[in-house]
Amino acid sequence: MGFLTLEKLSKIYGDLAAVQDVDLAVDKGEFVSLLGPSGCGKTTTLQMIAGLVEPSAGTIRLDGRDITRQKPNHRGLGIVFQSYALFPHMTVAQNVSFGLEMRKVGKAERDERVKTMLGLVHLARFAERYPRQLSGGQRQRVAIARALVIQPPVLLLDEPLSNLDAKLREEMQFELRRIQQSVGTTTIMVTHDQAEALSISDRVVVMEQGRMTQIDAPYRLYESPATPFISSFVGKMNRLEGVWGKGAAEVAGVTLPTEAVGFTEGQAIALSIRPEKLALRPQGQGRLDGTILHRFFLGSYWLFTVATPAGAFSVSVPNDGDEPARQGAAVSLDWAPASLRVEALAVRGAAA
Amino acid sequence: MSSARATSTPWLLVGPGALFFLALVILPLVLTVILSFHAFDHSTGIKNEFTLAHYAAVLSDDYYLGIFWRTLRLAALTTLICALIGAPEAYILSRMRDPWRSVFLLVIIGPLLVSVVVRAFGWSMLLGSAGLVNQALQALGFGPARLLYTETAIVIALVHVMLPFMVIPVWTALQKLDPAVEAAAWSLGASHFTALRRVVLPQVSLGMLSGSLIVFGLSASAFAIPGLLGGRRLKMAATLVYDEYMHELNWPLGATIAIIVLAANLLIMLAYNRVIETRARKALG
Repeated sequence: MGFLTLEKLSKIYGDLAAVQDVDLAVDKGEFVSLLGPSGCGKTTTLQMIAGLVEPSAGTIRLDGRDITRQKPNHRGLGIVFQSYALFPHMTVAQNVSFGLEMRKVGKAERDERVKTMLGLVHLARFAERYPRQLSGGQRQRVAIARALVIQPPVLLLDEPLSNLDAKLREEMQFELRRIQQSVGTTTIMVTHDQAEALSISDRVVVMEQGRMTQIDAPYRLYESPATPFISSFVGKMNRLEGVWGKGAAEVAGVTLPTEAVGFTEGQAIALSIRPEKLALRPQGQGRLDGTILHRFFLGSYWLFTVATPAGAFSVSVPNDGDEPARQGAAVSLDWAPASLRVEALAVRGAAA
Repeated sequence: MSSARATSTPWLLVGPGALFFLALVILPLVLTVILSFHAFDHSTGIKNEFTLAHYAAVLSDDYYLGIFWRTLRLAALTTLICALIGAPEAYILSRMRDPWRSVFLLVIIGPLLVSVVVRAFGWSMLLGSAGLVNQALQALGFGPARLLYTETAIVIALVHVMLPFMVIPVWTALQKLDPAVEAAAWSLGASHFTALRRVVLPQVSLGMLSGSLIVFGLSASAFAIPGLLGGRRLKMAATLVYDEYMHELNWPLGATIAIIVLAANLLIMLAYNRVIETRARKALG
């Protein structure tokens, strides 16, 4: 039994199910991300937890208490909105202090707690500024401080980093994790950015079309995605379709070594392998010969597209300081057979 | 050559508007000011003599001061009622979804599409001694109330026509408001009412203040509504000026009253604007 649990939670708009039969148990102190493309129902799920959207069916429990129909101002959850939603006519200190005022905390204690919280988010010097005088990252930290100062049982983050530029986003995601760990608040974050979800969450929930399709630790999600959608949404993935023949995987007549077993002869299969699990070898020394179609330099690694008889593969190679093979060069791909995943290909229409 | 054209272009662009403004606003105003200093005799008419007598007469006569005070009072009352009705109305409007929002916006702007005279006669039919309102009152067992030709009638009709001028600025201010800000206040434990008072209201107060400025200015100089619903005896500043011009034929005195009303109006609105601007600087920078 989790600290925050969702049971069969649904939200139906007309004949569209934005969220359908969602079950989730979040432990105390855990950082869980809801990951998915836009329109997958992750924000609706968050808003139902926050009390801003009324569920069509299902139950939300917090610490064993049913809060499904409770008004947002009685739930006491901390929410950081995508737009930050700071009060523009109040200073940073007044913004952070607002939730404490609503809880009738005395002036002296209020000032003390606001000061501590602003110290935690490194904004002590900006207490008397107005939100418009702050940068995006600073506003974001004010929003976090304002949500955390009321010591909420659960912190809800709605795309908290999406309004920041790339460099700041990377810094802030680690900052967010640092703050969350030092306070120890149970946190649920909604994001469409897989890198963000993987890097700072204890567990990641992937949502597709209103349903939760996989709930797993980030590395397990990455290594064994439950659906083809997840495999391509989380990280990059080479996907090929082939058949099982003579006890091995065959793609366009080429046999590719795997450790997979147990498929029937002639069965349609899907093969997948991550670009970083592939290695480039000189021609003839690998498992599959090909030529380099494109080469991209991405700083910490090189990304190649290699044309082979079995199809085109993306290959990423760490940058070791030397220039690797050029475009048009004949190479060979190599991989550990265990890293080439094989699944039975669902025949379209048969499942529906 | 090109630099000469560059410097003349702004003047050419501003020219037509400036000429219009000069001919239609400044010139009549200057003529009115000059007129107000002319002496007047009931038997011979306007004399070409400088005098301050009209100003002295108006400012020392309780009759005129009473009318000024009524004008001020009714304009202020209209402004207050418009703010009390208009701000919530704008809030509700901003939370509505299309098509209802468009429908109700049209309903609010509706009064502006009807001629002021027709509208005033409409109210006089409703408020008259045998009008619909009195019939309803009698049906409910209350005696007939005298509504027409009272200050109440003037304020009701003024509020009716001025409301859009309050709703639209407040609505515009609400449009700029991030709806998540209100939700943020709830999540921090504020009730709906507290969120409105502490978070929404301060941000739309600027819209309310500029709305009040328009409503006050238009109400204080309203002519048709006090003329038709206030009757012959209940005068406001604009109807008084009309009477001096058209009935007494004492144009200089009429001009004097007009100038005093203009000055008073200007003074009040400038002072008010000062308040708005300091507030705006504090809240929104």
